[in-house]
Amino acid sequence: MSNPLARLGDTGLYILEDLGWMTNFFFQSVLGIFKRPFRFSELLRQINFIGSGSIVVIFFTALSTGMVLGLQGYYSLNRFGADGFLGSAVSLSIIMELGPVLTALMVAGRAGSAMSAELGIMRISEQIDALQCMAVDPYRYLITPKFLAALISIPLLTALFDVVGIFGGYLAGVSMMGVSPGAYYEGMRSSVTNHDIWLGVVKSFVFAGLVVWICCGRGFFVQQIRGAGFGAESVSRMTTQAVVLSSISVLVFDYLLTAVLL
Amino acid sequence: MSESAIEFVNICKSFKRKDGSLQHVLNNISFTIPAGKTTVIAGGSGQGKSVTLKLVLRLLDADSGSILVDGEDITAIRGRKLNQLRTRFGVLFQSSALFDSLTVFENVAMPLRERTRKSEKEIHSQVIEMLAQFDLAGHELKYPAQLSGGMKKRVGLARAMMLTPSIMLFDEPTTGLDPVMTGEIYHLFARTQQQYGFTSVIVSHDIPKVFNLADHVILLNHGGVDAFDSPESIQWSEKAEIQEFVKTTMGEIYQSRNVETGTL
Ligand SMILES: Nc1ncnc2c1ncn2[C@@H]1O[C@H](COP(=O)(O)OP(=O)(O)OP(=O)(O)O)[C@@H](O)[C@H]1O
Ligand SMILES: [Mg+2]
Repeated sequence: MSNPLARLGDTGLYILEDLGWMTNFFFQSVLGIFKRPFRFSELLRQINFIGSGSIVVIFFTALSTGMVLGLQGYYSLNRFGADGFLGSAVSLSIIMELGPVLTALMVAGRAGSAMSAELGIMRISEQIDALQCMAVDPYRYLITPKFLAALISIPLLTALFDVVGIFGGYLAGVSMMGVSPGAYYEGMRSSVTNHDIWLGVVKSFVFAGLVVWICCGRGFFVQQIRGAGFGAESVSRMTTQAVVLSSISVLVFDYLLTAVLL
Repeated sequence: MSESAIEFVNICKSFKRKDGSLQHVLNNISFTIPAGKTTVIAGGSGQGKSVTLKLVLRLLDADSGSILVDGEDITAIRGRKLNQLRTRFGVLFQSSALFDSLTVFENVAMPLRERTRKSEKEIHSQVIEMLAQFDLAGHELKYPAQLSGGMKKRVGLARAMMLTPSIMLFDEPTTGLDPVMTGEIYHLFARTQQQYGFTSVIVSHDIPKVFNLADHVILLNHGGVDAFDSPESIQWSEKAEIQEFVKTTMGEIYQSRNVETGTL
């Protein structure tokens, strides 16, 4: 296989195959919602892990992001005497872009990597084979609760991010730099529309799906992915790949969704 | 010969190598595993023993040929039928494959919780009883990481037998265990098999010892297969590589029988 054209074709075919596995993985996980018994306690456990466990991280990320935006915005706007727009600048950029994107990235790094490693280890230690031998559907048992938990938690975390981020902007702009509180609040109220909020909500759902799909899928298929290697090394590589791929796809989809829905 | 539990008919299985060429692991093999007996599958490392078990469980698919389980062709079944097939088997994986985030109790209870509609109370008493049989009483709340290798094997065995399977598949049940524990595990196999009367298939490298249990032996070698009605009949084979195998491993068998008869 020294012919570069053949190698290109081979890689192309492999990527299609990989996409096929991932697509099937997605549908099987969704189908798992309708299969019995539903693992309600596992769903709660995953919400606790993905959601509650990320609150502190999201809080500090949002606070510092909001404060940086407040300061930056103040210095830029103040030059044109437009401090009054600080509230709208901070809130719009957080609600439409930074909230959904940064939340998804933080969750991918924290919970996505953990899910990927967990499934990868279960795969290489034959635990997933053992599940199948007991005639237990591994999608329903392992993946579906994670999918649902992410779809519930990530939008809520995004909402938390938005609130804390806007408050951070207020701290920096109003409390530290002396912008009038009424102007900050009024700027936000008059410029943020329902459509902007919906855009943020739609993004956070899409990103949640992307993160959990890619992270779980990379771990689940750790043995058949080309170039993953074997054993513990394959799990570590796939965990890294899961975080990188899901982060990149969050950024790409952020652009696409903004372009289509704005 | 008695009825067959598992039958391989002209099975071929190959894997793609990295360079695109094919590695033929099983080359048109046919053999029968009799019901209600103990069959040992032996053969050097990488000869396809684990692949054979995975084919039976449909964790892998054969390239051609068919596999019959209790007379039914399972090579192409899917969905619910595949699940029904799998519940007929109890599987002890080489690595035990315990769910490492669940306790011993939860591991053993899992088949009941997932596959039956029994109440928690019934499940509890059944699991406790099974654990006691395997000498695991008092370890219910430990996690697999807190168990010794032999204990893990026993938990795996208890879990595999929870749904009273008709066929047990053991993949290298004693690899990595000390001789005392190995003897203990084989003792356990003999006892439980007598008690439940299932068909058991044991993959093992543990040649002289495991032959004490065997009613039937299958040797896998370079994609081919040789089946024997008893471990002793192996030495009458005329094939050169089997003669070689006899010389290196069976020489010890009678010796080891004398030592083992006390414990088995
Ligand atoms: N999923 C797989 N992908 C590619 N090749 C495989 C796969 N599984 C097994 N093989 C190959 O098939 C051959 C047989 O493997 P198998 O695991 O059945 O060996 P084995 O007889 O169980 O050996 P051991 O006694 O060492 O466990 C090996 O050469 C192995 O490399
Ligand atoms: Mg093996």
